[in-house]
Formats: sequence, C-alpha cells, structure tokens
Amino acid sequence: MSVLLEVTNLRTEFATRAGLVRAVDGVSLRVARGECLGVVGESGSGKSVTFSSVMGLVRSPGRVAAGTIHFDGRDLRGLAPEEMRAIRGRDIAMTMQDALTALNPALTVGEQMAEVMIAHDDTLPSARGARRSAIRDRSVEMLGLVGIPAPETRLRQYPHEFSGGMRQRIMIAIALTCRPQLLIADEPTTALDVTIQAQVLELISDIRARLGMSVVLITHDLGVVAEHCDRVMVMYAGQVVEEGPTDQVIGAPRHPYTRGLLASIPRPALRGQPIRPIVGQVPDLVGLPPQCRFHSRCPLARQGCLVQVPMLPAGPGRQARCLRLEETS
Amino acid sequence: MSLLEVTGLSKHYAGRPSLVQRVTRDPGQVVRAVNGVSLAVERGEVLGLIGESGCGKSTLGRAILRLHEPSAGRVTFDGTEVTALAPPALKAMRRRMQIIFQDPYASLNPRRTVAEIVGLPLALHGIASGEEAREITARVLERVGLKAGQLDRYPHQFSGGQRQRIGIARALVSNPEFIVCDEPVSALDVSIQAQIIALLLELKRDLGLTYLFISHDISVIGYLSDRVAVMYLGEIVETGPVAAVLDNPRHPYTQSLLSAVPEIGARRDRKARVRLQGDLPSPLNPPKGCKFHTRCPLATGICRSAAPQTRDLGGAHSAACHRLDEGLSLLEGGR
Repeated sequence: MSVLLEVTNLRTEFATRAGLVRAVDGVSLRVARGECLGVVGESGSGKSVTFSSVMGLVRSPGRVAAGTIHFDGRDLRGLAPEEMRAIRGRDIAMTMQDALTALNPALTVGEQMAEVMIAHDDTLPSARGARRSAIRDRSVEMLGLVGIPAPETRLRQYPHEFSGGMRQRIMIAIALTCRPQLLIADEPTTALDVTIQAQVLELISDIRARLGMSVVLITHDLGVVAEHCDRVMVMYAGQVVEEGPTDQVIGAPRHPYTRGLLASIPRPALRGQPIRPIVGQVPDLVGLPPQCRFHSRCPLARQGCLVQVPMLPAGPGRQARCLRLEETS
Repeated sequence: MSLLEVTGLSKHYAGRPSLVQRVTRDPGQVVRAVNGVSLAVERGEVLGLIGESGCGKSTLGRAILRLHEPSAGRVTFDGTEVTALAPPALKAMRRRMQIIFQDPYASLNPRRTVAEIVGLPLALHGIASGEEAREITARVLERVGLKAGQLDRYPHQFSGGQRQRIGIARALVSNPEFIVCDEPVSALDVSIQAQIIALLLELKRDLGLTYLFISHDISVIGYLSDRVAVMYLGEIVETGPVAAVLDNPRHPYTQSLLSAVPEIGARRDRKARVRLQGDLPSPLNPPKGCKFHTRCPLATGICRSAAPQTRDLGGAHSAACHRLDEGLSLLEGGR
C-alpha cells in the first residue's frame, strides 16, 4: 500500500504565560491509502494538536516549529496559505468532536454544504440555475449517504433542529462532499450515546470501504480502536509511545503506558478483581526535561530511564518508546 | 427489608402552557422523565442504573433524594418513608443519603476553599464546627487520597480527578449509609477513571456503603455492580443480578445496548451486531404501547398498542417485554 500521509518529527509549540508548551514533540506517523489509523491518548496527549497541525489549523500562540508533513507527495508545510486552503476540505477533511459548535448555527445545513462545493468543486456548471440544482442534488445525495431521512426537507433546516447523532452525521456529510482522500475524525462519537455511536462508526467504516478513503480516527476509547482501526498509535504527553497493528498492540501491548491504559479499563469480565489504575497524573508539559515522560508513573522505571528515549523496534511493524521492552515481551 | 425501596416513582415536568391552553385549562405537554419506577437496593450492594442520555436516570437519582420533588410514588429508606417527611426531618435524613455529581467542575463552588466545601455538611447537620470540623475534614480528605495541606486551596487549583475526590469527600463527611453516584467517572480520562472507581469500591468495602451507581457506560456498570437496572424513556425495562443481565439479556433494548459497546478482545467479524435505527424518541411525545417499539426489530402489533408488564424471569431477573416467551434473541448464539 502506498503512503498517503507522512509526518516526520513534527513539533508544535504553544507560547503560554507559564512557558513554552511542546504539545506535540517529535511525532512521526504514516497513513497508507485506504487504511484506518487509530490515534489514542488521554486529554492533553497531543492527539488533536497533531492533526490540527497537519490541517494547518494551529493558530497563534501556537505554531508548528519543526518537522515535515507530506501528503500525496506534496510538502504541506511549504505551501502558501491559499494552496493549503485548496487542499483542506477537498483532499483532507476533518470532523470536529463537538458538532454543535463546529456547525454554523445561523446557516441552514444546505447552505453549509454548498459552501464546501462552491469553494472546491471546479466541475460545477457555471450557469446559475444548473449550478444551484447540481449543488442541491449533490447535497441530497450526501445526506442520503450518511443516512439522514427526508434529505430534501432537512437541507432547509438549521443545526439546532437536529439531534446530536444527526449533527455528527451532517458534519461527516460535509466532510465527505468533495470525496477527500483522507478523513480525520476527531472524537466523532465521544458526545454520543452508545447505540448512536455504533451507527456513526459503522457509517464511517462503510464509506471508507466504498470510497477507498483513508481515515484517522482520534479517540480515547480503545474499544472503538479495537473494532474499527487497522493500525493504532498511542500518544502520551505530546509523544507517540507505541505504534503498530491494532490486534497486536491491544492484544500484547509493549509500552508500560499502553499496558496501564488497558489494565485500567473496567470490564464486566473483571468483576470482583481489582483494577490496576496507573498511579499519578500526566506531567505538566511546560519545561519537560528530555527524558522518558512516563517514568514517574511507570512500574518498570529505573534510574537508567532518565534519558531521552527514541522509538525502538518492538516486533514486526511495531515500535515503542521504552528502554525496558525486553521486560514486556 | 431493603435499605432503599422505591415504589411507582414518577417525575413529570409540565411544559409552559400556551395562551390558548391557559384559557382552555388544557394542561399542555408533560415530560414524563421518570414514569412509575419501582426498585429496591439492599444494604451493602451496588445497584447499577444504566441508560442513554435523556432516559431519566439522573432525574430518578435526584427524585429518590427529593432533590427533585417526585410527582408520584413512594421512597422508603431504612423503614422511613422519605417522600412523607417534612423539611426538617428530610434534612436530617439527607445526612444518611448523599450524592456525588458527574461534573467535577460545575459541582464545586469556585469561590469556596476545599475546607469550606467539604466541611459544609458538618455545619448544616450540626455535626461539628471550628477546629473539630477542620480536623474531620482533613481526615476525610486524606481518606479520598488528597492531602490535609490542601484544605485552604480553591477548586481551580486541582485537576479533574482531584476535584472528583473533593466531591466524594463532601459526600462522605456526614458519614452517610447510601450514596447516589451520578455518573461520577464519565468526565474523566481512562487512567483517572480507574483511580476513582478503585477509590469508590474501597470506600464501599471499608465503610459498608450502599451505592446507586448511575452510568451510561456498560463496562463500568458491569465491573462494579451487584445488580443492574436498565432504563429507557423513563421506565425500567430490565433488572437483575449483573451476571444474568449482562450475560443473558432478555429485553431487546438491553440486547442492542450490549451489542453496541465496542469491545476490546472481541474480534470485529465475530461479534453479533444489532444495529438500532434512529434516535431516542422525544419524551414529550413518547410512543404508545411499548416505548421501545419504534426502534425494536422484534416489534409486532401488540407492542404498538399495549404497554408490557414487568415479568419475573426467575433468579431475581425481570423484564418488561411482550415477546419474552418466544425465545427470540437479537444476539446470535448469545454472549
């Protein structure tokens, strides 16, 4: 499979009053064509900032300080703003966690879908009437694709007239309007109930298979990753700590953080057994020394861990950022 | 006798009537947030209450404590009818019945120190004051994993997990027997969630507490409950011992809820899937008959016209569905 997105040594920083925060520190990743990559991490791990950086959406006081981002053979960091704008929404689309704040409350759903096509679709007819009906037909088709009943009527409605699950579907429909090669879905189901979550995730997997698109699924839910992603990348405090095929990473995690995360998930099967939570809290990202960031919470930590740790091979197609890998195999 | 008995409890909210409705004395629309719920919680047990947003589970928790005044029904706690108590007696009773809230940000007054927040129940119930209150507060704070030295800090100086510990300390300080845990871990990250769950279980064991644990997360409920009640649109559709309900769910709603949970370890292709269509209907205008029939793959004529009665399935397991006898299951081969 050929590589669609390749990020190397990405560093995104935010200048805050407390000091410089390296929200993303040396992240490298690849997404192949047609693949679904799961990105897992807790709040503040840098998973959303990584992909906002890819989209060129990091705003002051934040900035992408280092690294390369190659998409479909082009260097995104080297592009002028208008070139980036042409790619964003057409070739790479992103859906946000909170559909209610991401959609414009003052525009109808139809108007918001039309915006994307007007901005990106050069194949639209230029005659006004034909153009308008082409946009409408396409919008109806997209709403139908994401399973919204009576799309013709729904196009004239405003976001507040839809339920949470429906709004998330509308955002997906807008993101898919221009048939992007890559869909970045940032916590698409976190705000949704489980029966609705299942519908939305199935929809994304389904459309991915049908359109041959790549998907990055950002989530904090390892169960979602287990069921929907080919590969998974675990992030902690701004770094990737483990990466590999989903079954292997979840079935036999190598990094102590991934292991701790899996052990802290309460499961009905573990009824009556104590869960083993990871002790302590995520370190403050301001002025972190260049050493293993997990060592203060790590059961395997030793004096030797207080050094900068690179990603190390952890099996075929797998890597982990840990010096104690021989103890976790 | 159960520690807590709830019989036919309802909480209805009237919408604001329009002018025409006021003139014609039409009561207008009523939201039946909780509708005729009966349940019992034994001393020392955890009853897990599960349901999706808007099903009325939080309202039920609050109606039990009379934080929301019930519209109908009876709540009995340790032989005393809570729903019949006059305000002073109710206040005294609240010392024994406490609540932990979901949102560790909104549920703590940002302008009060931890000592004031956690110590307030001591003053309200006349348990202790001054130095003594401070000592008790410090002790409880240490019990929930915070430091006595943090007494004079404000909520914003704590992380989400630590704030939830403050909320737990506030619920514990009056030495209650029963605590309604209203989604206490839903707002927390996975690793912090595990810390709080471990703490709640430890406290229950050491202090002999009884919990009504409200959550939308089946994994959490399945892990820590002794018995489970499943709620849909203001009503309990299935209840029973946790193993019976999770391993052998009988109500089609419970079955679809369980199959929708993404699971670690279950291979994607092997997992039987039930996909519910559509959203939860509006409680303003709930479906007639069985409230689940609009989304139920098994619904037939009778489901659309008559509400099913709760039926005993043996082994303290019960469910409210017309089609229980037919041996139908949405889950292939069971779980």
